[in-house]
Amino acid sequence: MSRTLISLVHIRKEFANGTVALDDFSMDVREGEFLSLLGPSGCGKSTALRLIAGLADVSAGAITWPSGGSARSGIGFVFQEPTLMPWASVIDNVYLPLKLKGLSRTEAMPRIMDTLALVGLADFAKVYPRELSGGMKMRVSIARALVTEPKLLLMDEPFAALDEITRFKLNDDILRLKEARNVTVIFVTHSVYESVYLSSRIIVMAARPGRVVAEIAVDAPYPRNEDFRATAIYTETCKAASQALHGAMAAHDHL
Amino acid sequence: MRSLAQTGAAARFGLPLLLAAAILGWWEWGVWYYSIPPYSLPSPSGIIAALIRDWPVLSVSLWVTLQTTLAGMALAFAGGVALGVLLGMVKTAENMLFPYAVVLQVTPIIAIAPILLIYFPAPTVVLLTAFLVTYFPVLSNTITGMRSTDRGLEALFDLYGANAWRRITLLKLKTALPYILTGFRIGGPLALIGAVVAEIAAGTAGAGSGLAYRIIESTYRLNVPRAFAALLLLSIMGIIIFYTIVFISHLMLKDWHESAMQKER
Repeated sequence: MSRTLISLVHIRKEFANGTVALDDFSMDVREGEFLSLLGPSGCGKSTALRLIAGLADVSAGAITWPSGGSARSGIGFVFQEPTLMPWASVIDNVYLPLKLKGLSRTEAMPRIMDTLALVGLADFAKVYPRELSGGMKMRVSIARALVTEPKLLLMDEPFAALDEITRFKLNDDILRLKEARNVTVIFVTHSVYESVYLSSRIIVMAARPGRVVAEIAVDAPYPRNEDFRATAIYTETCKAASQALHGAMAAHDHL
Repeated sequence: MRSLAQTGAAARFGLPLLLAAAILGWWEWGVWYYSIPPYSLPSPSGIIAALIRDWPVLSVSLWVTLQTTLAGMALAFAGGVALGVLLGMVKTAENMLFPYAVVLQVTPIIAIAPILLIYFPAPTVVLLTAFLVTYFPVLSNTITGMRSTDRGLEALFDLYGANAWRRITLLKLKTALPYILTGFRIGGPLALIGAVVAEIAAGTAGAGSGLAYRIIESTYRLNVPRAFAALLLLSIMGIIIFYTIVFISHLMLKDWHESAMQKER
């Protein structure tokens, strides 16, 4: 069993308007794993990610990093939308995190180009975001999150807005990137199939209030590819995840 | 603009010029045919002749009006953006100051100018009124722009611990740029109106010698061709100011903003 990277203990998050996004939410994230948070909309999975990133504050409970290291310095975040700066080229978008850390453009350039090559966009370095397809924009966004060489990559339904072909392609890419950069990933999704294909472990959540209802290990080795979708383990795990998801949902809940 | 650009330069420039030629020709012919005296209505050729003949006087006036207009415009652009950044960032400042910005804007400038003339010399009043009519569109557009930042990008700047200065320069001002430039485009030509209003309010009592003052003076003396020549110069100045701003704004946005894109078919 690998070391624990982050511990979330009895987290409660209540918004100013009284909505309880998370209640008594506990989980451990282990170093090197690919963890998915799977649940319907409103189950607080995105909120959990924002709390881990330090973009929001917990109402009660604690988030600790047992292995040391501060929360923000080692985190990359990929949002639901690519959220690129339209006025900056691909290079300058990827440069942003390093710029904010005080690196000069020249110093940062090798790392920028490395990361762009990793996501397959080396040829598009000087292009502006509006000239890119949705999938390519998301790759830039991923490159931007990886350029600081974070220990932990947080991904908030990054592929939800993409077509299925692009999505499958990016699923394979993200598995490859995870290996290449040896990064721990927490991946938020509402797709059972996506979570099983990608994850080593899935935490199934339910809404109102957001809570953990099941934890499912995906016992299949990496690297995985399209063949994995045809295996019995994949089918069984999808079934288990679906049941956990629907079992926790009240009749009036909707995805 | 896009569809016009596609129909080509001939239609874009040719058609308006054709219309102008037709109207000027008809005007020239009418003045000649009905023998209208120049103090009633000068012919286009008479206006041009006056422009050339009176150029020594008119050029001085042109320079005076141009200088004050540009100075008022520059002050208003700088002040409008600076105040807009402050008000866009600090809600308390907006609550406190914005109502007064509105009061200054909605009070007709032509009514303020004579009152200002009690306290300030005419050239200062011209500058002030040019400023007063110009700053508001710049200010309100800047505030809107500062508030239009993508929330995901805000979160990203939070994540990487960006300080307020970098957040303003790298994110908020960049987001606000198209809005600010729209403010400039509306405000720029208004500066000329402000300057002219003040010159007219100052009238012959003022020591000014701008183009609007020249128009008033010329009508008093029934030198109508010169009045028209001065008006022509004011129009040309307004056109040049407007298109210079449009051109600069296009240069600043052409790489990334939808408003400056050519549509491909």
